[in-house]
Amino acid sequence: MKISHDWLRAFVPHTLSPNALGDLLSAHVATVDAVAPLRADLAPFVVARVVESEKIPDTKLSFNKVDDGSGELLEVVCGAPNVVVGTLYPFARTGTVMPAGITIEKRKIRGFTSNGMLCSARELGLGTDHDGILALTVDVPVGTPLLTAMPIGDTQIELDVLPNRPDLLSHYGVAREVAALTGVNTVLPDEIQNLPAMPSAKSGASTTMAGDITISVEDLAGCPRYVAVRISGVKVGPSPEWLAERVVSVGSRSINNVVDATNYILHAFGQPVHAFDAAKLAKTAIVVRKAKAGETLVTLDGVERKLESWMTIIADGERATALAGVMGGRGSEVTEHTTDILLEVALFNPRDVRKVRRALNISTDASYRFERGVDVTRTDWMAAQAAGLIVAVAGGAITGVADVGAALPLPAPVTLRVDRLTKLLGASVPEEDVERLLAAIGFTVEPSAHRSYAVQPPSWRHDVTHEVDLVEEVARLRGFDLLPDALGSSRPGTVPDHALFIVGNRVRDALVGAGLAEARPMPFTKGGDSEVYARVANPLADDEPFLRRTLLDTLARRAEYNLNRQQGNVRLFEVGSAFIPDGKGLPREEVRAAVLVMGASRPPHFTDAKPPAFDAWDVKAIAELIARSAFPGERIALVAAESEPTLWTVYAGDLEVGTVSRVALDAPVWAAPAFGVEITLGVMSSAPVTARADEATGAAALAQHHVRFVPLPTTPAAEFDLALLVPNEMPAAEVERVIRAGSGAMLEQVTLFDEFRGTGVPDGKRSLAWRLTFRHPERTLRDKEIDGRRSQLLKTLETELGVVPRTA
Amino acid sequence: MSLDEFKAACHSLSTDGPALIAAAADQDAWASVRNMLVGRTSGRLSSIMATLAKLPPDTRREAGQLANTVKVELERLLDEKQIALAAAAPSAVAFDRSMPARATWRGSLHPVTIVIDEIAAIFRELGFTIALGPEAESEWYNFTALNFPADHPAMELHDTLYLEGGGLLRTHTSPVQVRTLQKYAPPVRILAPGNVYRRDFFDATHSPMFAQIEGLAVDEGINFADLKATLTHFAHRFYGATRRTRFRPSFFPFTEPSAEMDVEVDLGDGRGLRWVEIMGCGLVHPAVLTGAGVDSERYTGWAFGMGPARIAQSRYGIPDCRVLFDSDVRFLGQFAV
Repeated sequence: MKISHDWLRAFVPHTLSPNALGDLLSAHVATVDAVAPLRADLAPFVVARVVESEKIPDTKLSFNKVDDGSGELLEVVCGAPNVVVGTLYPFARTGTVMPAGITIEKRKIRGFTSNGMLCSARELGLGTDHDGILALTVDVPVGTPLLTAMPIGDTQIELDVLPNRPDLLSHYGVAREVAALTGVNTVLPDEIQNLPAMPSAKSGASTTMAGDITISVEDLAGCPRYVAVRISGVKVGPSPEWLAERVVSVGSRSINNVVDATNYILHAFGQPVHAFDAAKLAKTAIVVRKAKAGETLVTLDGVERKLESWMTIIADGERATALAGVMGGRGSEVTEHTTDILLEVALFNPRDVRKVRRALNISTDASYRFERGVDVTRTDWMAAQAAGLIVAVAGGAITGVADVGAALPLPAPVTLRVDRLTKLLGASVPEEDVERLLAAIGFTVEPSAHRSYAVQPPSWRHDVTHEVDLVEEVARLRGFDLLPDALGSSRPGTVPDHALFIVGNRVRDALVGAGLAEARPMPFTKGGDSEVYARVANPLADDEPFLRRTLLDTLARRAEYNLNRQQGNVRLFEVGSAFIPDGKGLPREEVRAAVLVMGASRPPHFTDAKPPAFDAWDVKAIAELIARSAFPGERIALVAAESEPTLWTVYAGDLEVGTVSRVALDAPVWAAPAFGVEITLGVMSSAPVTARADEATGAAALAQHHVRFVPLPTTPAAEFDLALLVPNEMPAAEVERVIRAGSGAMLEQVTLFDEFRGTGVPDGKRSLAWRLTFRHPERTLRDKEIDGRRSQLLKTLETELGVVPRTA
Repeated sequence: MSLDEFKAACHSLSTDGPALIAAAADQDAWASVRNMLVGRTSGRLSSIMATLAKLPPDTRREAGQLANTVKVELERLLDEKQIALAAAAPSAVAFDRSMPARATWRGSLHPVTIVIDEIAAIFRELGFTIALGPEAESEWYNFTALNFPADHPAMELHDTLYLEGGGLLRTHTSPVQVRTLQKYAPPVRILAPGNVYRRDFFDATHSPMFAQIEGLAVDEGINFADLKATLTHFAHRFYGATRRTRFRPSFFPFTEPSAEMDVEVDLGDGRGLRWVEIMGCGLVHPAVLTGAGVDSERYTGWAFGMGPARIAQSRYGIPDCRVLFDSDVRFLGQFAV
């Protein structure tokens, strides 16, 4: 909402500067986004002093030396007769764009160089005086920007009006707030005092006459009240200067006196007003009705609109001629030839206007206000202002007024309990302040039983429906900053940390410790099939309308992004959501941890100039790291997968939780192979909450795995190595299982430490070497015992697996 | 041996020692000087120390202290000399300690996570725990339960991405307020960080997904003063104890009164302190409490929501938000531990 500081002061003659007013509004009413001079185009102009001046012979020109504060005197040729040495003038340096659009450049005139221009009032767009350059009487240093040196023109205040406060969408509405905050009363601006009076209206429940025109409202739900004013003999033409200025001051364009007058009422009072050319209304009738199937209307913007039968429209005796509350029709537009007007000042149903506006995708100043709600009781008063203003600026006479339907009821009264106010704000507000502040913005405050008030909101405040709304009014008008802010004590809450937060953080920390970089990419993907992927119904761009099923899908695209930038060492991880369509309703949301690594597995060092690239064993370790961090105390197993690209399936206990895989990328030839891990940490339920959690549930979510202490050994260990010839197709894990089973209770540790193929190892086999560690809890093991165990174990391996020791 | 003789020996050593050390021309000379002076078996200091036992018992303490002073000083000079020799002739050094460590890759948290963690740490001190909720949400939790009037311009504050087959991508973390209040009885003090979505084009200042962090406190006696106090405490901890805060009226359907909190922040752009909008907040609307099954006459609450991505951008001087999502390893590496 653009507010003109001058126009606002016409409604409430306060004495604050634009910036001070902006601060006041921000603190108590609504956020001020900007306070800017309306004549921002004058920003480059500076104040300069003429230091020397001499006439150029045989011309009207003078050659001057000008001090613009830049440190050196500028040579400037001037055509005005009134240059006075020592006087300050507005000065345009070279490069300055004049309000008329011309850029001032360095040029030669009669052999003299001119580096800029001394300006007249007219050249600055400050009136029509062209008697010469504008002598300034300000006392500022040369070089001061003109806008800083003196007040020039109006200031525009950009107010961020949120949807609950449509009453602020007008100068009068903002003025009411300023009046309440400053104690200065609102008045009607001079320009609309003493307007020609509007004769009293002919009322009708659903139909009556406005002069010669029949006004009928068939759709009273869509249009509860319709005031029509018939004005004859107007002369459409340019607006008087004051009216054009008002319209321009809020960022509109001056069109003609009739249209400008309707815009004046809209911006002054927030009531949209529409003027029809009465001569263009068929059968001298206005009918407010639903559109007929197949009906069309060319709106003021020249677009032919297909109307739907649920849309409220304004028709003449034959066809649609305006979209109710949204936009007029081209067919009944007021033009320079118009002499007869029908003025429409009405109430339209906010929801209906919103629906039409959305369906046809046209937002106007009128629809914006009707959607949010206008003053529901003062429609006739608004009509009188609008009609009077038109007659005042365009002539003519009011020849009939119709008032169909009725004013809507005031918003329902709301009770405000003083104790509740104190309780919610944490501070008591003197009762006289409560009454005074609410009354100041138009509420009727009646003391009621038990230290409470019955508060009647005014006709323009549809947002005040609950006691808390009144609490907000009191709090903001006094100022939030007046409330105390000492930190008190508080009880601990009943909510335990979410388990997925705890797990997610543990995994994050582990992966950062492992040298990986966290990514937080977006989950959108090209996807493919709506059966398999959840799809966004209204994506802004069509290239990625689906939600990912796997985090690796996203990380793979992020890796390619890096490869495109010649970054081949990629170590990314993410903790985020995967979305799995679940038949009907919301997709199942799984919180997962995923890793993508490729390139050097460690930084190069002078002892290790070409460190190896990440391989399957590195990612297997990363998968184990994630699983151990996520599922402490669970048995973690990585089982070889049936077929690539999946390398292993990850189990935590009996639960399959994820995979380790090779990742196919759109990669350049120099890129190293990519590997991925994706592990599901848990499901984020989107089901409705149906029951309160008891405390046990909360405690269970927090259950932690605690390590059990094992006493430290007091006896020495004994160890030996087994180098075995294992067929290529036999998994090492199978051999290890037999070793463990056949080693007895004193086995402490089994470590696979070598794999060898080549000399001395038959084809089809490999040599695998394990180190076995034994320990007796109470005494030192004898060599004989160890040797016996070793030969026993070799016998078992041979019998069960046919595996023999490597001899060479 | 007498104490005086002992002292003389010490004095002689402390006079000769520094000169000998200074004269050592290379590592070998240094090593032999060290052996001669403080060598464990045949050094002069050891010889002196060996006489300690022959001194009268009541003088041993003083003598021992004196010898130790000499020892400490000589060792200091020896260390300095060794460093100086190493620096003077690096090419002659077999073990060049100026060479780099054998490092491992340094991992990094995303800057937005760093900011979320830091915000959470401050609120955790005040007894807040972490609640989470789904990103694919129902309209009921995202709008209806939060007192958004159906078919009202207030809905336009949230340009929503809807899902085929029903539901939407949550437009804020506020649905977690409702889920938490339904599940746990007051007192409730939670933070809810997470990703939220808006139907925005992806450009330097907008992204269809961004992080948000929600706060909610519900108990008996919670009020606006408490809200101001807690959030001001947060601002002082996060931005500095001398930062001023201010509260301005605002509008959210699920809070009433609603406010914006500004903090006077130095964005490091050379423009000094200025007011920056940090978060929206307010007292929880009674309709939200009632809808979640909480007695809104007995219990009151406040809530806030802020954007850690914006905070990260201003803190780290990141002008274009897209880099937060691109996952360029050169960007992420700047936040390595």
